[in-house]
Amino acid sequence: MGLAIDREKCTLCGVCVEVCPFSALTNTGDRIEVSEACTLCGQCVKECPEKAISIEEKPQAPAADSAQYRGIWFFAEQRKGALIPATLELLSAALSMKQTLGEEVCGVLFGHQADGLADDLIKRGCEKVYLVDHPSLAEFQDEAYACILTHLVRKYKPGIVLASATMVGRAFIPSVACQLGTGLTADCTGVSIDPETKLLVQTRPTFGGNLMARILCRAHRPQMATVRPKMCDPAPVLPDGKGTVIREEYSSFPVCVSMTSVRRESLEQTVDLQSAEIIVSGGRGLGDGKNFDLLREFADLIGAAVGASRAAVDSGWIAYPHQVGQTGRTVKPKIYIACGISGAIQHLAGMQTSDYIIAINKDPDAPIFKVANLGIVGDIFEILPALMKKIRSAKGG
Amino acid sequence: MRIIVCIKQVPDTIEVKIDPETRRIVREGVKGVLNPFDAYAVEEAVRVKERFGGEATAVTMGPQQAEQVLRDAIAVGIDRGVLLTDRKFVGSDTLATSYALSRAVKKLEPFDLVICGFETLDGSTGQVGPELATHLGLPCIPYVSKILSVDNGRIECRRLLEDHYETLSCPLPAVITVIKEINEPRIPSLRGLLKAKKAEIAVWSAQDVAADERRIGHEGSPTWVVDIWKPVISKEGRVVKGDAEETAEELFRQLKTMGVV
Repeated sequence: MGLAIDREKCTLCGVCVEVCPFSALTNTGDRIEVSEACTLCGQCVKECPEKAISIEEKPQAPAADSAQYRGIWFFAEQRKGALIPATLELLSAALSMKQTLGEEVCGVLFGHQADGLADDLIKRGCEKVYLVDHPSLAEFQDEAYACILTHLVRKYKPGIVLASATMVGRAFIPSVACQLGTGLTADCTGVSIDPETKLLVQTRPTFGGNLMARILCRAHRPQMATVRPKMCDPAPVLPDGKGTVIREEYSSFPVCVSMTSVRRESLEQTVDLQSAEIIVSGGRGLGDGKNFDLLREFADLIGAAVGASRAAVDSGWIAYPHQVGQTGRTVKPKIYIACGISGAIQHLAGMQTSDYIIAINKDPDAPIFKVANLGIVGDIFEILPALMKKIRSAKGG
Repeated sequence: MRIIVCIKQVPDTIEVKIDPETRRIVREGVKGVLNPFDAYAVEEAVRVKERFGGEATAVTMGPQQAEQVLRDAIAVGIDRGVLLTDRKFVGSDTLATSYALSRAVKKLEPFDLVICGFETLDGSTGQVGPELATHLGLPCIPYVSKILSVDNGRIECRRLLEDHYETLSCPLPAVITVIKEINEPRIPSLRGLLKAKKAEIAVWSAQDVAADERRIGHEGSPTWVVDIWKPVISKEGRVVKGDAEETAEELFRQLKTMGVV
């Protein structure tokens, strides 16, 4: 088990040491040593010019009953009584996997007075909705959500369980996977079915999106993944969408809740960066916290949320929930407008997959221009007011 | 209060270079550092200890050189470090990693609070904290931005979700994962650095923590990485220079084309 290096074939060329994304290999001079940092990603196997490296695949026997696990499930996340857009995207992904896998697509919905939401899913092509309707499920409750989903999976044995990689999904799905003793791939940017093996192929960014990894869960069921929002279009309403709503009684689950929600404080609208279609972000180039007022004004005018770079947050110019990047939020709006942001790699990690990037910066060499669709070299304090004037007069006329 | 903080050594950059000749990913010469989110976990453990008394232990799983992050933690006020290292852990995914960590945490019983960073710089799964809690059968509060109180065997925390903050209370022992907003990590003092240098790090193997060998490493990992590659991010970008009026006009036209204005 593990990485096997054929010492007969190995010429100690060191290519494997160079290419290892996890710095797990060392060339001692007479052999290549593998440390515990190895994740068996196979990069060295692929790159070794002598074909001296292989992964000793220990036989991971498929679960005896893996054939019993059938169906593509997705967790239908709702917020304040409405399905979030990411839920409809998941449904769309599940429906396209059905084309290859030929198994039924089922939604799992927790909420209160959520019949309308279940019907909506069915109109959009979902064949079954498992609905647990109870006042205490109206809003996200980590333990109850995890307990009920775990028990539903045990009862109905789906082959695949997907959830959105929202903060809710990423909070409770790990507990479900762990209780089921199965694998979970976080924050996938792509999920599909391998036409030959019928396995769920999970693609996800790692190293802040600078590397991509393809991941399989071969022997354990269900195969589970959280999927990043905005990776595909939401499933449309179909003219002939038909399906069944299966009600599951809340009281039939051994829900044991030890956490109590004391209060919830809404953030101002402009901070919901993940749902925003347009984000206007400010960085060090703003020079001062009060200059974020200009950005807010501009954002208001075009209906955008306000983001910020780490530098702006660390300078105390704007609150942390606005931060975009490796240690803040990862966003994918239709338009991302970076104002006075140089584009440090840690910032790019949080926004470089945005559909269209506009960057305004004084410095023509700023790295942000490398990822920008439209780069403007200039002074934001001159350009933004001029732009706002144009927008206002266009609106007025 | 007995606090355990779980930390990880990660590469100091997420930058991935490609050798222009061989087209291979080059990772050589990348230094290992304390995962940035874990720095907030370490700092919070020290602050909880300062507020409520007690002691804090840092645990990491990784190769021998990962002991450096334990010393980094000791330098800022953590009392002791445990390095969980064993070749049998190679190939562990989040399920196997969280299981192995849970065995080490078990061995450190009794404890009141386990603090983890919300995710790591390299893998960014955010799964190990919640999975660790599940292995331990404990409640988990993810994304904590503030610990409000620790009292009468309960903890009250504020956490950040997409569109709101939620204040939650739960009984101890519990696991929390923390985000950047929670604190500003301190710089180690000279005395702290000296203490860290001299500190004895406990080194535990899979056997030392009575880990079931079928549940660790490659064998204990349901997920397998089958390929890794560098994505091509290509933007057909254009860069415009000019005075404010010209560039504003250019922007206006673009926003108009996209239906924004």
